[in-house]
Amino acid sequence: MGDILVLAEHRQGELREVTLELLTLAGQLGGNVTALLLGSGVDDFASKIAGFADKVMVVDDPMFADFNQMAYQAALAEIIKNDKPGLVLIGNTGQGVDLVGSLAVELDLPFTTDAIAVVMEGDKPVVTRQYYGGKINGTINFKDAETYVIGVREAAVPAGEGGKSGEVAKVDNPVTAEITARKFLEYVEAAIGDVDITQSALLVSVGRGIREDKNLPMIEELAALMGADISGSRAVIDAGWLPADRQVGISGKTVKPKLYLALGISGAFQHVTGIKGSDLVVAINKDPDAPIFQYADFGIVDDLLKVVPALIDKIKETKG
Amino acid sequence: MNIVVCVKQVPDTSDPDTEVHIDGTGKGVDQGKFSFVINDADNFAVEEAILLKEKHGGEVTVVNIGPEAANQVIRMALAKGGDSAVRLDDEKFAYSDPVATARLLASALKDVEYDLVMTGCLATDDGYGAVGIALAQLLGVPHAAYAKTVEVVDDKKLKVGRELEGGLLEMNEIELPCVLAIQTGGNEPRYASFKGIREASKKEIKVMDLAATGLSEDQVGEAGSVAVMTQYSVPEVGELAEILEGDPAETAGKLAGILKEKGLV
Repeated sequence: MGDILVLAEHRQGELREVTLELLTLAGQLGGNVTALLLGSGVDDFASKIAGFADKVMVVDDPMFADFNQMAYQAALAEIIKNDKPGLVLIGNTGQGVDLVGSLAVELDLPFTTDAIAVVMEGDKPVVTRQYYGGKINGTINFKDAETYVIGVREAAVPAGEGGKSGEVAKVDNPVTAEITARKFLEYVEAAIGDVDITQSALLVSVGRGIREDKNLPMIEELAALMGADISGSRAVIDAGWLPADRQVGISGKTVKPKLYLALGISGAFQHVTGIKGSDLVVAINKDPDAPIFQYADFGIVDDLLKVVPALIDKIKETKG
Repeated sequence: MNIVVCVKQVPDTSDPDTEVHIDGTGKGVDQGKFSFVINDADNFAVEEAILLKEKHGGEVTVVNIGPEAANQVIRMALAKGGDSAVRLDDEKFAYSDPVATARLLASALKDVEYDLVMTGCLATDDGYGAVGIALAQLLGVPHAAYAKTVEVVDDKKLKVGRELEGGLLEMNEIELPCVLAIQTGGNEPRYASFKGIREASKKEIKVMDLAATGLSEDQVGEAGSVAVMTQYSVPEVGELAEILEGDPAETAGKLAGILKEKGLV
């Protein structure tokens, strides 16, 4: 197969872990692995990445200091046209999702997004993706092409140890035109409210299974009894039932409590990514097939609206 | 500001009672027991379109690819404030990947004047998150994925906040016309009024088949796709939680015991 080109991802002066995950995956697939690092003053990233790649191509230009999809796409398009890699791997992240579809359409290349597994069959990648919120998987087969572009889910492949020592090569910025149609302005941090759930020792967390916000007082009573804070899944925050700073998951907070009590949370990967640091996970969900039971230590397959009142009574008894 | 909003009808798989079963072909799922709803993120896109229309004027065109049954989600968007609608419907559109889907949407826009096109950022059924992005490239306009905040700067540009991991907003200035793939949670989708629903029932939904799109058969459906989903499978299940059995009083009692033993209550 041809070479594999991996796009490095960084944000606010930090190299993102997904970069090393993608490079690890590329190494497993075989072939020569080139990391493309677009940035400004990123020598320290380059030397870290070199441990995971056969070659690190660095384009150092102020244009790449912060992510701008149009600048990134212009650079990638030129480099792909020139080097003709067999495979291009990009993180299925806030940055990558903004880029993969338009880049591939511009170059008329087959692509897919949010891969959870990639294998090679001859010169061609075959991708596994999830459908219907992770309830089933599907296999993607590409049309024949010289280059395939794949967006890979974060944490789909754990980053390995590296062990390579790739050559770091600075190349001229292939983007000569000024990018004007889209401009990066600034980052705005998510506000932190009265409770910082990343520091909570006990979390009672609610999902769609709560059904209506009028059921929240029951959850509040349980949390107060246990001395726990309340967090929730994206659905509950989007519905306005809990403030945004209580959201657990990829686009919310990563938590590490002693107990994570997941009530009516199905356990989509976007959510469970945020709870992996919990000591003990207990899930109550009426769907026995809910993925959350794969991440929980203990589970109750039942309606949370029936179990929670009983649990309140039992904890009161326990406390005497 | 004239706005196009693309909406998809999807099975309501957020309901824990909804089971997904692979059908005999291996390329589809049994649809019989599904109830269908507007895709979650598309619902926020519709609201954003209506909010912008209320503030800045213009017309909102609703575009959908789907069977006649999808009229339900189209009419709801019209009832909330949409002005007209196009539905792309042809059996040859089945199994379109994100590129073929984007090509269909682009064909529906060839006679529509627009300043802004919005899609949801991700569909809850196939989860590609790629259609809006591919569509922008086909239309030759800039775009932003995961757009959560939208502010009109002037009639030539928008200020858009893209939601990244950890809830960080990446603020961008984007020239119009453009495509925004809208993230959930940036607004509060309204309910349609009774009057709106009544008026929407009278609005025409223009239906386009393959011939009307001007596309050829090999540009749509599986033939027009670059990445084809060829086989569904049941995921391997990891190690499961220890399930506590019994009625609610029993399971709650067991759980309270475990929490006490571990010093958590």
